[in-house]
Amino acid sequence: MARFGMVIDTTKCVGCMDCVVACKTENDVPDGFCRDWIVEEVKGKQPNLSMEIRSERCNMCDNPPCVYCCPTGASHVEDFGQLVQIDAEKCIGCKACLAACTYGARYTHPEGYADKCTFCAHRLKEGKQPACVSVCPTRCMHFGDLDDAHSEVSLLLKARTHKSLLDEAGTRPRIFFLT
Amino acid sequence: MMASRGVSTAADTLRPSDVVSKVATTCDMCFWKCGAIAYLRNDKLWKIEGNPLDPLSRGRLCPRGTGGVGAHYDQNRLRAPLMRSKKRGQEEWVEVSWDEALGYVAERMLKIKDEYGPEAMALFSHGIGGSFFKHTMKAFGTPNLAAPSYAQCRGPRDVGFELTFGEGVSTPERTDIRNARCLVLIGSHLGENMHNTQVQEFAEAIEKGATIIVVDPRFSVAAGKAKHYLAIKPGADMALLLAWMHVLVEEQLYDRDYVERYGFGFAAFAAEIAQYTPEWAYAETGITPEQIRQTAREMAQHKPATLVHPGRHVTWYGDDAQRSRAIALVNALLGSWGRKGGFYFPASMDVPPYPYPAYPQPARAKADNPEKKYPFAASTLTTGLRQATISGKPYPIKGWMVYATNLLQALPNQAETIRAIEALDLMVVVDVVPSEIAGWADVVLPEAVYLERHDDLNVEWFREPFTALRQPVVAAPAEQKPGWWIARELAVKLELEAYYPWQHIEEYLDTRLRAAGLQPATVKEEGIALGARQPIYFEEGVPVEFPTPSGKIEFYSPQLAEKGFDPVPKYTAPDEPPAGHFRLLFGRSPVHTFSRTQTNPTLAAMADENELWLNADVAQRYGLKSGDYVRLKNTDGIISAAVRVRATERIRGDCVYMVHGFGHTARGIFPRYKKGASDAQLTSRYKTDPLMGATGMNVNFVSLELIEEA
Repeated sequence: MARFGMVIDTTKCVGCMDCVVACKTENDVPDGFCRDWIVEEVKGKQPNLSMEIRSERCNMCDNPPCVYCCPTGASHVEDFGQLVQIDAEKCIGCKACLAACTYGARYTHPEGYADKCTFCAHRLKEGKQPACVSVCPTRCMHFGDLDDAHSEVSLLLKARTHKSLLDEAGTRPRIFFLT
Repeated sequence: MMASRGVSTAADTLRPSDVVSKVATTCDMCFWKCGAIAYLRNDKLWKIEGNPLDPLSRGRLCPRGTGGVGAHYDQNRLRAPLMRSKKRGQEEWVEVSWDEALGYVAERMLKIKDEYGPEAMALFSHGIGGSFFKHTMKAFGTPNLAAPSYAQCRGPRDVGFELTFGEGVSTPERTDIRNARCLVLIGSHLGENMHNTQVQEFAEAIEKGATIIVVDPRFSVAAGKAKHYLAIKPGADMALLLAWMHVLVEEQLYDRDYVERYGFGFAAFAAEIAQYTPEWAYAETGITPEQIRQTAREMAQHKPATLVHPGRHVTWYGDDAQRSRAIALVNALLGSWGRKGGFYFPASMDVPPYPYPAYPQPARAKADNPEKKYPFAASTLTTGLRQATISGKPYPIKGWMVYATNLLQALPNQAETIRAIEALDLMVVVDVVPSEIAGWADVVLPEAVYLERHDDLNVEWFREPFTALRQPVVAAPAEQKPGWWIARELAVKLELEAYYPWQHIEEYLDTRLRAAGLQPATVKEEGIALGARQPIYFEEGVPVEFPTPSGKIEFYSPQLAEKGFDPVPKYTAPDEPPAGHFRLLFGRSPVHTFSRTQTNPTLAAMADENELWLNADVAQRYGLKSGDYVRLKNTDGIISAAVRVRATERIRGDCVYMVHGFGHTARGIFPRYKKGASDAQLTSRYKTDPLMGATGMNVNFVSLELIEEA
């Protein structure tokens, strides 16, 4: 059974927000919300500066607090790709998962349910990549099965230095950033 | 069009009953014209992706292209033809029929022709959509056709390279970024400036480990990818270029074989640049001699696969053609012209033009550059036409047709543009959204957006030759019409129907495609036809030719000497900002194009105002922090709208920066009214390039006007 994850190369990302736009149009994300976003981290003083740009979203954690705290089972881990998903029908809009999420990846949809990145599961089932990955003009995003030692994502993680966000929270995120 | 049943079960995206179909077309969110596939869901526009067959996009659009959906759904679009009901600029309109609007325009044009001759009409246009308006205006008999993309953008670059290599850089740029081992960007902010192919290749170069050198007063996104970031003093680029040349020659690091074989006037050039030591340049640029030497050596180490990028928007300081020539000369020393990883020779398909009748020969030459004041101007100067309109010399210009270019945000000195408009008998704007310039029109003609229309074929010059088709995906929502229809109907009313032997553009397109040996049905299905790849480098067999007067690369330019200009570039120090002032710099956002996309709801959701980049220490001195609002006041007393401060280490303390295109004042775009500030409003001063007439616009200084808490 696949365990999907993403590997994002911060050395190539230019922070253009194409991933954000593509997600919004692909998934009809309502006005005022987004399921992915850009973070820019600048270090140093002019002119000795460095900058890291990251495209961030739900980390599809292996140890997902949003699932544990959900009182109705709306937040759950699906068999397909072991993805953390939300069943909008079961969601009562209590926002426990919004509070539990280490990464601020969730929002309440205007129709009342918790919402977030799905890794474009509907596209994956058609054999396509998530919209953000497939649109990126810098090709800095890679998607695949972390449990397959020969997948592109596994090979990149073997070859390159990388990190994930807020490891100390123990959520075991499945999005990795090449640095 | 292919239709298929949606197969997904994701409730918020596709229901099993949804019908998805797609149409191949080309993007027009900027002028790059990437191949695109537009998707419809139940016959409504859903999303747009890149066309994988297209060499420009390689299946991936930039954020503007992806957000092109919003161009169709924009609630602020022009919907019906408008005629003004009050004074020009008051933005009071009545909606009229197309017949009435075009009838009025034709009547006024014929009256101008009677009184002043056909040359008294001028066309300002931008992008491929302007091609049928150019056709109508040429048939009408005027030579005065201009685009701001020359005198307000890339003109100096093309002149600098033409003077040196005999050829310009063309568009899309013939830069082989993908194969460069060392890429030098001077003010060029790829990644924020989203010319799709260039950004894709930039990322590819990074992945392949190319050495990136970025020269910019601002720590751009590209600077964040650089091995060497040179935080140059604004306006001092020429000093750095001269010092680089000095090091390359003095340390014998240049491509001697290439220069000996193809260079002209090298000895005179070398003697001239001997004076420009890195120690001298340090004082001008703020870049240490060690940095200058180190970067020059690394550039030489990777030659000829070192690309000193010529940039695109280069109208900065008024000596831009000479600075561009200096960039050309550094490339010449590195032997990168015609070489892999440098500048390739683009190829194109042979697609014959439509067999139109010959145009009438205008009785008078273009009015933009009387007596060849700017001897190296190779295209019509917008600002030259503006000046002719104001002065009536060399002859009166009495009518403007403005297609898809917001001249009040594109040309420097808005007061001069308004003065010119006030001298007109006819002012027509054709566009998709309201704009400041549309506010000054007598007649506003609403065009269908690119997703709703055909345009002329894009017969592209690129690594791989190809021809791409733009075709409608959805219907226009109101009275909007495609440009080809407007231009044709106008021609009919001007009794120029003989110039439009076709009734519908599909006849025109099919005729051209068939003449090129292409199957129209296939091109419509795939959106693109690829030609055979041809040699693009000298090493692949491109003939080594330099169409300069000497037939060689002109290190010393007799053409320039003859006209009284510096045959080898010289340095002029930029003016210093007056006390308490900062040099105003501007650039691009990855999610907007010029001042044309701010009302696009998809893109406005990404960025709906611009920010004033202010050095963090300077901000602290003024008691400002990120998120505060200030106004800017330039040295002519012009005060901007309030703009949000971005206090950052990412800019020097002697300049401020903002993204171009915001700070709209047109009432027709009320949702964005004065949201952010307009650099164009503050660009009341400009320096005209003496070689070719472009307007250097980074010559304005602003002070900060603090806004009291309400």
